[in-house]
Amino acid sequence: MVKTMDLPEEEYILPGTRACAGCSMALIYRIALKALGPNTIITVPASCLTVLHGMQGFCTTKVSVLHTPFATTGASASGIVASLEDKGLADEINVVAFAGDGGTVDIGIQSLSGAVERGTNFIFACYDNEAYMNTGVQRSGSTPPGAFSTTTPNGKTGYKKNMAKILEAHGIPYVATAISSYPLDLYQKFRNAVEIKGPKYIHILAPCPPGWGYNPKDSIEIGRLAVQTGFWPLYEVIEGKFILSKDSQKFIDPAKRKPITDYLKAQKRFKSISDKEIKQYQNYIEAQWNEIEKRIKNE
Amino acid sequence: MVDAKKDFQKILGSVQKPVKGEAGKTGTWSSKKPIIDLEKCIPVKSGKPSCFNCWLYCPEAVVTRTIPPKIDLEYCKGCGICQMECPVKAISMEEVKIE
Repeated sequence: MVKTMDLPEEEYILPGTRACAGCSMALIYRIALKALGPNTIITVPASCLTVLHGMQGFCTTKVSVLHTPFATTGASASGIVASLEDKGLADEINVVAFAGDGGTVDIGIQSLSGAVERGTNFIFACYDNEAYMNTGVQRSGSTPPGAFSTTTPNGKTGYKKNMAKILEAHGIPYVATAISSYPLDLYQKFRNAVEIKGPKYIHILAPCPPGWGYNPKDSIEIGRLAVQTGFWPLYEVIEGKFILSKDSQKFIDPAKRKPITDYLKAQKRFKSISDKEIKQYQNYIEAQWNEIEKRIKNE
Repeated sequence: MVDAKKDFQKILGSVQKPVKGEAGKTGTWSSKKPIIDLEKCIPVKSGKPSCFNCWLYCPEAVVTRTIPPKIDLEYCKGCGICQMECPVKAISMEEVKIE
């Protein structure tokens, strides 16, 4: 297990970015860049991360960043890797696609699926703030049921796409879920991903103060609740082998899980959630953990 | 005529200098700022590099991993995460005027 002192002291994002106060995406990006190091090329579609990088003429990061159109994140990563291979630099430089949930589960899914299917040696990291936050909180395929957004004023109906499972079905060597509230776990997952050759996918839940409706200072606490209630299990799938992460291990016992209402009631976006929907959440969490238990037993 | 070699960087707009404060002095976004009580701070008390939760959880990278930890108030957006994450409650949010 990594400790705080094991993380490199150097910062790769410079202070004074355009990210909101208490933005967990900024924290995710900061920790990820520490794990990836200076020899990294990042490719970013339209997202909050574009906003963080700032206007033309300036850059807030010490690593190279390519801004690409919304639907082409995966394809652009394949292009970068191909050109690095041509120049003989592919082993020295990490290529990382960093996209929001819109750029991953909705608009970017076909190019991501294509890049993965081609076997591109890259990391695709999705920071999932569960709506199009950058343009003012419109619903995405990743918005959980019952959540308010400006396009679902009475709460979303339908489901949240389980992107980690979709990518796992591609049969790639590394899939992981993470969250900003456990930065050491997040750091370790990026370090693990760097060591593996082939397409890698990391899905990171990113609590968003203005979009989810909570005080910026609670950014870390809300994320912890997502894990403690069992809503967001942290795990890795390495070469098909399922590994439940240390921070999630004790929540396999239903008695240790906090009630899901703790998580839902802390956010204004779930203000109008009905009892029926809360019941659906409870069933979802139970089914999810039953499946995890089964997977662990089978291995 | 465009001199491709000379104007290469200009045309692509690709080589940009990393700068601090791309969005200006973000310290002005909030009037409340974190102040560390050094008498309670774990690394100051023990004299050993330990804890540094304020450094680890800061989304804005304004806290240094030094003894004592220093916060760059010029760019700190005052979100208050460090106050929440400090295990010994050494950080308090106070009204500070930024020149």
